[in-house]
Amino acid sequence: MADEIVLLSIWPSMFGMRVRVALAEKGLKYEYKEEDLQNKSPLLLMMNPVHKKIPVLIHNGKPISESMIIVEYIDEVWNHKSPLLPTDPYQRAQARFWADYVDKKLYDIGKKIIWSIKGEEETGKKEFIECLKLLEGELGDNPYFGGENFGFVDVSLVTFSCWFHTYESYGNFSIETECPKLVAWTKRCLEKESVSSSLADPHKIHNFASGVRKRLGIE
Amino acid sequence: MAEEVKLFGKWISPFSRRIEVALKLKGVEYEYIEEDLFNKSPALLNYNPVHKKIPVLVHNGKPIAESLVIMEYIDETWKHNPILPIDPFEKAMARFWAKFIDDKFWAIWPAVKKAMTSGGEKEREEGIEEAQLHLNTLETQLKEKKFFGGERLGFVEISASLIIWVVVSQEVMGVEILTQEKFPALHKLTQKFVDDDVFKQCVPPWEPLVAYFKDQLGALAASK
Repeated sequence: MADEIVLLSIWPSMFGMRVRVALAEKGLKYEYKEEDLQNKSPLLLMMNPVHKKIPVLIHNGKPISESMIIVEYIDEVWNHKSPLLPTDPYQRAQARFWADYVDKKLYDIGKKIIWSIKGEEETGKKEFIECLKLLEGELGDNPYFGGENFGFVDVSLVTFSCWFHTYESYGNFSIETECPKLVAWTKRCLEKESVSSSLADPHKIHNFASGVRKRLGIE
Repeated sequence: MAEEVKLFGKWISPFSRRIEVALKLKGVEYEYIEEDLFNKSPALLNYNPVHKKIPVLVHNGKPIAESLVIMEYIDETWKHNPILPIDPFEKAMARFWAKFIDDKFWAIWPAVKKAMTSGGEKEREEGIEEAQLHLNTLETQLKEKKFFGGERLGFVEISASLIIWVVVSQEVMGVEILTQEKFPALHKLTQKFVDDDVFKQCVPPWEPLVAYFKDQLGALAASK
């Protein structure tokens, strides 16, 4: 029986994009369903009743939620190509640690830059740059966080890169100036088909963010 | 080469405790180092420079931080008595629920602390209500999904032992929060951590734990 894979997401979500990258890395065909978060589909509410959030992966009718849990699931089920996690338990732990760090820090700090009322952007910007610098340090001289190969941590972080232009614009700073190695890494990742085909256009993201800000009354 | 396993922890911390449970279930011998979180050791700061928190597991000199990450590492390194399911979907579910419980705890515990350390009756009531709101979410999920296999102490059950700390706070305050009436499923689970010989491992020594939090309360009250 052919695998039936459905992804529920919204196009600007860096979390949904992570799943797209993972699916593309594995060469998997899937049905993509765009959700409207102001009007969530019955399918989404049924498949993620706990959080009612995207992304949700539905594999042969069974739903999995939380983007990095989904990515790990994809890596385990379709382990025939492009392994995202290394085989060594210690290296796996390090990869999970850093993906967890991206999850815990980047999104919430980034929110201060883009979605907050005036005043919080400076603190947000400072913390955001500190996070990126720490990650840049962790990358070191490796081509990817996964070492020689694109891996789990790369997936967790690269999808934020299409939001960089938006963070920069509202925070009034240049990520390339602050973290040149990290930006070089994003460009390297974008050379991969799985990444370039999964990430949204940075200018479209900026327009999207602008629209949300207007709706929130902060533009 | 002999295994060298060290755990930097805090005996009152559920996150530290769960690592001890995992190591015990695997029969792994380890050296335990109790940290003073107001005076963190240079070793801890060296092993977890990013978060500077416990627990940190150090295996043959190599550090791992973040309790759920450590638990997966333990399960993958010492493969007997598996803590996580083998099936990828079941594994994904276990990871989901463990994360859910952890996230909920960080909503419940501040509310409980607020109730424990509050100056007035009103604030205490507010704290309790807030805690119960989040406990209700857990209760609903527990009843509907039966996310605990229940019989074996696995990844999700070990994570869920966080609930015991709410029960501890009840005894400290002399107030009921997790009542059998309002939270029958959660209550049944907490009983398991009290009655079952294996599940009991998740709970630190009860009397000293209660005494510790009573002391903390006393110190706070005295400083007000």
